[in-house]
Amino acid sequence: MKHDALRSPLAKARGLGSGKHGFSHWWGQRLTAIALVPLSIWFMCNLLGKLVGATRFDIALWLESPFNALLTAALLLVLTIHARLGLQVVIEDYIHQKCMNIALIIFNTFLFVAVAALGLMAVFKLHFFGI
Amino acid sequence: MHRATGIALSAGAVLLVAWLWATAYSGEYFDMWQAFFSSTLGMVLLGGWSFAFFYHLGNGIRHLFWDAGKGFSIPNMTKSGIAVLLFAILATAYTWCSILCPEA
Repeated sequence: MKHDALRSPLAKARGLGSGKHGFSHWWGQRLTAIALVPLSIWFMCNLLGKLVGATRFDIALWLESPFNALLTAALLLVLTIHARLGLQVVIEDYIHQKCMNIALIIFNTFLFVAVAALGLMAVFKLHFFGI
Repeated sequence: MHRATGIALSAGAVLLVAWLWATAYSGEYFDMWQAFFSSTLGMVLLGGWSFAFFYHLGNGIRHLFWDAGKGFSIPNMTKSGIAVLLFAILATAYTWCSILCPEA
């Protein structure tokens, strides 16, 4: 008799199949993609048009506008979510060693939460307090 | 290619925030970043990122159309693939022309 003959099919399947987050991951990736189309074009236009070669003072002045500060904050938030979700799929697809896979997914999440927090902090600081 | 440009852009996002952070908190770091991005290596990286951005943007929109079930036939896929590549090359060229020689 095989050792798992008395186990239910459910018990065998547990831990092997969908993590149940597949849809929200997929949907989150698309939603952030749609939001990033206008946000990233707007930011690129400003970056290339005004912020290349700008001094710290110029950048602070640009972020003094509530419109610019708000959209930059939104961009950073959506961008880091999109990057984290996208990189997670790459890690899941190409890193097969279980331990490394989980470690990288955790690192990926921490990294982009930190990037979002630091970016938002910088934007708020420049907007409310200047340089 | 979509993934490769996505990875490059993620790295770019990390640097972008490092640059923003330097802008907010440290003149010294800010000068360091500006010097780096005006160096040859920095310019090549910026050029690569701008191409990666336009490619990922165009191809991302292509993916959104596929998600909506449109453009799945092989000839359509080939056509949209070439269109995205052309768009990325032209947009990158236009961007750098206008930065490097604003008079023209």
